[in-house]
Amino acid sequence: MRKTNWLLLGLALVLSMFLVACSGGSDNADGGDTGGEKSGEKSGEAAEGEPSGEQVLNITDSAEIPTMDPSLATDAVAFQWLGSTMDGLYRLGEDAELEPAIAKEHKVSEDALTWTFTLREDATWTNGDPVTAHDFVFAWQRAVNPETGSEYGPYMMNGVIKNAEAISSGEMPVEELGVKAVDDYTLEVQLEKPIPYFLSLTAFGTFLPLNQEFVEAQGDKFGLEANTILSNGPFKMTEWKHEEGWTLVKNEDYWDAEKVNLEKINVSVVKETSTRVNLYDSGEIDAAALSGEFVQQKAGSDELKVEEEPVLFYLKMNQQHEVLGNVNARKAIQMVINREDLVNVILANGSIPAVGDIPQNFVKHPETGEDFREINGPLIETNVEKAKELWAKALEEIGKDTVNLELLGGDSEVAKEMDAYLKAQLEQLEGLTVTVKPVPFKERLRLDTSMEYELQNAGWGPDYIDPNTFLNLWVTDGGNNKTGYSSEEYDALIEKANNEYATQPVKRFETFLEAEKMLIQEDAVIAPLYQRAVAKLWKPYVKGVITNPMGPDYTYKYAYIDKK
Amino acid sequence: MARYIFQRVLYMFLTLVLIATFSFFLMKMLPGTPLTMEDKLSETQKEIILEKYGLDDPVPIQYLKYMAGLAQGDLGISFQFDNREVTDIILSRIGPSMQLGAQALLIGTALGMLLGLISAIYHNGFLDYSSTFVAVIGKSIPSFIFAGLLQYYVGLKLGWFPVALWGTWEHTVLPTIALAMFPIAIAARFMRTEMLEVLGSDFIQTARAKGVNKFGVVFKHGVRNALIPLVTVMGPLAISLMTGTLVIEKIFAVPGIGEQFVISITTNDFPIIMGTTLFFSFFFVFIILVIDLLYGIIDPRIRLAEGEK
Repeated sequence: MRKTNWLLLGLALVLSMFLVACSGGSDNADGGDTGGEKSGEKSGEAAEGEPSGEQVLNITDSAEIPTMDPSLATDAVAFQWLGSTMDGLYRLGEDAELEPAIAKEHKVSEDALTWTFTLREDATWTNGDPVTAHDFVFAWQRAVNPETGSEYGPYMMNGVIKNAEAISSGEMPVEELGVKAVDDYTLEVQLEKPIPYFLSLTAFGTFLPLNQEFVEAQGDKFGLEANTILSNGPFKMTEWKHEEGWTLVKNEDYWDAEKVNLEKINVSVVKETSTRVNLYDSGEIDAAALSGEFVQQKAGSDELKVEEEPVLFYLKMNQQHEVLGNVNARKAIQMVINREDLVNVILANGSIPAVGDIPQNFVKHPETGEDFREINGPLIETNVEKAKELWAKALEEIGKDTVNLELLGGDSEVAKEMDAYLKAQLEQLEGLTVTVKPVPFKERLRLDTSMEYELQNAGWGPDYIDPNTFLNLWVTDGGNNKTGYSSEEYDALIEKANNEYATQPVKRFETFLEAEKMLIQEDAVIAPLYQRAVAKLWKPYVKGVITNPMGPDYTYKYAYIDKK
Repeated sequence: MARYIFQRVLYMFLTLVLIATFSFFLMKMLPGTPLTMEDKLSETQKEIILEKYGLDDPVPIQYLKYMAGLAQGDLGISFQFDNREVTDIILSRIGPSMQLGAQALLIGTALGMLLGLISAIYHNGFLDYSSTFVAVIGKSIPSFIFAGLLQYYVGLKLGWFPVALWGTWEHTVLPTIALAMFPIAIAARFMRTEMLEVLGSDFIQTARAKGVNKFGVVFKHGVRNALIPLVTVMGPLAISLMTGTLVIEKIFAVPGIGEQFVISITTNDFPIIMGTTLFFSFFFVFIILVIDLLYGIIDPRIRLAEGEK
């Protein structure tokens, strides 16, 4: 008897060890981004046809919705379905243009610190209550209230909305937040400092309004079931079977209901690409996101669309390392990598080579409308000969013949393949050996924070549509800098763009252009690798779906089925 | 017997407490926090949020708090699915996993036993070789290959059953078959080996000599004795099938618990890690108990031995 129980204990121990040992294989191992960001482009066909046939869209999502509580939402799935069922002050329309939603219009004060939004009076919640300025005040206060435990609330509002920082640290009551309902339909927002991109924030999930009475009545259950959420957007959720799928139907009481064509959206949770492809081929679903080998298999199909995302991946180089502290060594690393082969052979999903710190089709010149990337052009080139020269020079300056560098990377299959490729590319430099160290996502973050790495394969997705979201990373002691890079000149440029030129969009934009050149070309802080893209199959009869660069991946408000 | 069961249940809980303790401290050695935006939040913000969830306490204090909650049947709330209770998550996900597991176990063992029986009876004949072949295939080819083939050919090309998703009984057919391949192979192998041994033993000779017909010999005397080793492997098999299989559930998009197990670890969702570990451990020790009791019913010798204690 005693023997059996020791055996049991042993077995149980082995089982629990196995649990802990399994901590690898994180899905986001290949990038530190969050809430899914894509650039403004139409999926489906251009909106030429008109709705015909049954207006039902059948699609899949890659995971269960973690929560439908906008204050607590942090991931792409939650923001997608919040975006389909809710309207904020503004919403993202075609080409990432902001279009008025609950707000009819807004005014900005002379000093750019006070924003006054006039709300439409015909917007209602699905329980019949009107959507008022008080709903925004409640929601924003809730997002920064430390009691709520929101991650995005303080992240998006601190330093943006007046007193958010102090409130989220528990040093000030939430009522002091710089947001006021002047009357039911006038919302006044006080900013901490001029924020040129504030309007794009109002389309973000964390800034959605909430009906106080409803939220408080639901208590802890708010946002967890189809009947504990309240919508004010184009669709409402009628059924939510956890981990299995959910159903959205058109919200007939939506203020802009006449523009909404789809009667119903059925969403199933499907995590496996091959399964999605089989379901797509059998006609059960109308869209299927692809990965690696399936992109090649479906290459040439009219139904295959590549959706470019403004998510950037690059090598971080720790300047505290004696070799990587040398600018010529960093330039050699930038220059020796062949990015074309990386995206075409290793990733093979439509991703494009990255040649700067700002992705393409992300921000445009405020006057000419020209793309940031196009204006600054490629800031790095692949030139193995020149790279070798620079590297030799660097080694001479340091006084070394051989160097071994550790490359910290993700532990997914793709990440490992990519890092093996990078190792081979880098080792073209004479005297350099690279050791790849694959670790789980959380471990990579830990090593990044404590700067215990030499080279690191990392990524970043934007939080708002503005160059600042990428360029601000690299200021001295920036929370996510962690490269040891510190340049007074660079800091001064970013400072100038955000303060002195806060209300002069053109000058501000030009300052960012200059900063990017300094960052990549002169100081070679990072070695950009690629800009991510998603390849997806869309049935030809699905039209009018808009792809967004941030927040919800897709806008279904104007989508329709054309089965003629 | 009642005393025996009582004692076993007591040990069962002791085992669970030990598992909970070990898992808790091992889990706390994982790098990182359950925060989704760990890479973006400032240190101060992280601290504020961790404080709210009591994650800034020293680990032993966290452990005591957790165990106190556990004693009251409270498994806490999830981080990954904000505010959702761990108990709710486990209970809602375990249904599909158990259904598939149970179906696969029943069909798999029944078919496997039949195959093994045929093999044993027609020892070294054509039927033996063919059923051994089936068993070898079932054992050596991973279930996700079967799953993929079934989905593509039977689901997509022939269209006999749904390709994937969940809802009706038709949706369970393909995943059940894919899952059943392993138990078929295991049951067939054990059944064949045991039956060959049993059929060659003295008491079978005696039964034959007494004029019992072939059917009677095989079923009344043979099968029952061959079952004992099978029951031993059935326990762990039942557990692995019924606690959800990551791959099959992913391929057929089944809303089961299989993947939750792994995801909770990669996201540092501590309450779910503990919840699923304890749930599976409970299931495990419970099945072991049931198996031990089953032995007594199947094998009179074991029953007797227990009685002597």
